[in-house]
Amino acid sequence: MSILINKSTKILIQGFTGDKGTFHGREAIEYGTNIVGGVTPGKGGQTHLDRPVFNTVKEAVEATGAEASITFVAPPYCADAIMEGADAGLKLICAITDGIPAQDMMRVKRYLRRYPKDRRTLLVGPNCAGIISPGEAMLGIMPGNIYAKGHVGVVSRSGTLGYEAAEQLKALGLGISTSVGIGGDPINGSSFLDHLALFEQDPDTYAVLMIGEIGGPQEAEAAAWIQKNMTKPVVGYVAGLTAPKGRRMGHAGAIISGEGDSAKEKAEIMQSYGLTVAPSPGELGSTMARVLENHLRAA
Amino acid sequence: MDIHEYQAKEILQKAGVGLPRGAVAFSAEQAVYAATELGGWRWVVKAQVHAGARGKAGGIKLCQTYHEVREAAEGMLGRTLVTHQTGPQGKPVQRVYVEVADPFEKEFYLSFVLDRKEERVRVIASRDGGMEIEQIAAERPDSLIQIIVEPAVGMQQFEAREIAFRLGLGIKQVQSAVQTILGCYRAFRDHDATMLEINPLVLTKDGRILALDAKMSFDDNALFRQRKVADMHDPAQEDPREAQAAEHHLNYVGLDGTIGCIVNGAGLAMATMDMIKYAGGEPANFLDVGGGASAERVATAFRLVLSDKNVNAVLVNIFAGINRCDWVAEGVVKAVKETNIGVPLVVRLAGTNVEAGRKILRESGINLYTAESLTEAAKIAVEVSKQPKTAA
Repeated sequence: MSILINKSTKILIQGFTGDKGTFHGREAIEYGTNIVGGVTPGKGGQTHLDRPVFNTVKEAVEATGAEASITFVAPPYCADAIMEGADAGLKLICAITDGIPAQDMMRVKRYLRRYPKDRRTLLVGPNCAGIISPGEAMLGIMPGNIYAKGHVGVVSRSGTLGYEAAEQLKALGLGISTSVGIGGDPINGSSFLDHLALFEQDPDTYAVLMIGEIGGPQEAEAAAWIQKNMTKPVVGYVAGLTAPKGRRMGHAGAIISGEGDSAKEKAEIMQSYGLTVAPSPGELGSTMARVLENHLRAA
Repeated sequence: MDIHEYQAKEILQKAGVGLPRGAVAFSAEQAVYAATELGGWRWVVKAQVHAGARGKAGGIKLCQTYHEVREAAEGMLGRTLVTHQTGPQGKPVQRVYVEVADPFEKEFYLSFVLDRKEERVRVIASRDGGMEIEQIAAERPDSLIQIIVEPAVGMQQFEAREIAFRLGLGIKQVQSAVQTILGCYRAFRDHDATMLEINPLVLTKDGRILALDAKMSFDDNALFRQRKVADMHDPAQEDPREAQAAEHHLNYVGLDGTIGCIVNGAGLAMATMDMIKYAGGEPANFLDVGGGASAERVATAFRLVLSDKNVNAVLVNIFAGINRCDWVAEGVVKAVKETNIGVPLVVRLAGTNVEAGRKILRESGINLYTAESLTEAAKIAVEVSKQPKTAA
């Protein structure tokens, strides 16, 4: 089991025929992901990577029964592509694209709320590494081979720090149920909280590793939610201990602009809500191993 | 991206916001000429830098005569202004803004920010203008008036009216305040701003509502469709190394430590800095080389990091996803051969094609330390950074 995607999830690629869509589409197919087709306006009717190309997401959904998409559409057009996917009824959209204007994302979030909850699209990203359920399906740009299949759920803002966690876990013989990158932008489609809730319900996830960054209220909100609602242990880490105030650290969202934004404050908030915080980024795996062992022994 | 006060005022003027008359000057002569052209009997001369808190640092002077205008401008131009927002190195003053000083009765605070929690635009106003917002929030939280704008329809008249009435304005001034507030909102929305702060917004003695100061920041991701804003970019206000990095599409932030970092991915870059700190060292910089790091980019990254004279060790940490370790290794070899690095080098490679990458490094004959894990890499970097320089 896993969250969000598995072997049978029918997936479309938006921006299918571009360089990135082609490269990562091929990787995803090789990994065993059920890519059923793609969308590139104007190229409908063609075949790409042995899959059909459609002009609109709606046509693609009607023809293939797709439930999810991954989008590589360029920043100026990506908000539009996400809204098109939502309108076509996709349950999940994963936006890899980096550089979408914040006001576009504001409108996307508003647009997604026009649908009732039971048919509302869950957006992952933008500016993220994507989602992988090891051994099942890969909806992202990560190196698939560093992930072992297992029972730790990983949710991270940063892509590469998610890789780091996967490698550390694998080296300790621990695998991952699903790893989700929520992205480094100030406005994300989905937050830590959305994915923690899914991990809590997934019988195959025993514990969750949550990797945050400086900037924004999401880590603190998630920590408060965990204390109230989660039975599974959560290990937290917040990158950016040495980041100065007011400077953007690469990600548009990684900037200390207000109270509670710094790594130290966030780590303290996590601890105050009962999470185990990894003391350093070199101990993401070992902290999880210890917590998981204690948890399983207690159970 | 930030712009100068006078540039923000150009934008606001077009949006119908009331402003004192003013003009920009690049020399003391121009400043005096501006004052004569503007007319009036009192002027403020303001240093144009990308930072606030200018008043206390001597960057804003009230002048009664043309002679005083000249002196004020001469005292600012060509100098470096250090305010508590600029950091100790300060910001160069290359232009001043000369403005007619209208006597005012009341000062207010007005700002617009892209609120991450609400994922909408938040409007904040207060009767306590002139103070910094942090101070108002701490000392007079009850005076804060806040509105979250619904993005589907934009800010409404009634919302601006509510703010105007709660600022305590009389019915005569409310209409003009509404025009100013909605003008600011339109300027914010239409230019993809992330922050617009008017502090203070004043009620003049003759009953006008004017924006005395204006600060604007913009969403870098939207500059592709905001060409006019992008053209307002003033590289002199940036750290030269950061400006150079931006030209090469590298993300660089200079810090005070001694260990130079070259990493892919913003999160891993921050984590690498954390790990250095945890191992007892101090990072000299944040540097994200991004995905698809070519040999050229890695070489540029090396030059940037080494241009900081405090650097006495370099740590390269690449977790290749889209990148490939063999490409990165080739970049490292090329960079080391081209730039005489002169300090110890620690390299940690992981991910795609890691074996091929390590082989390239081994066979290059370059003197370097390799590490398998993040922990090990940081530990070695801290150790070698503390050795005398000749060890390299």
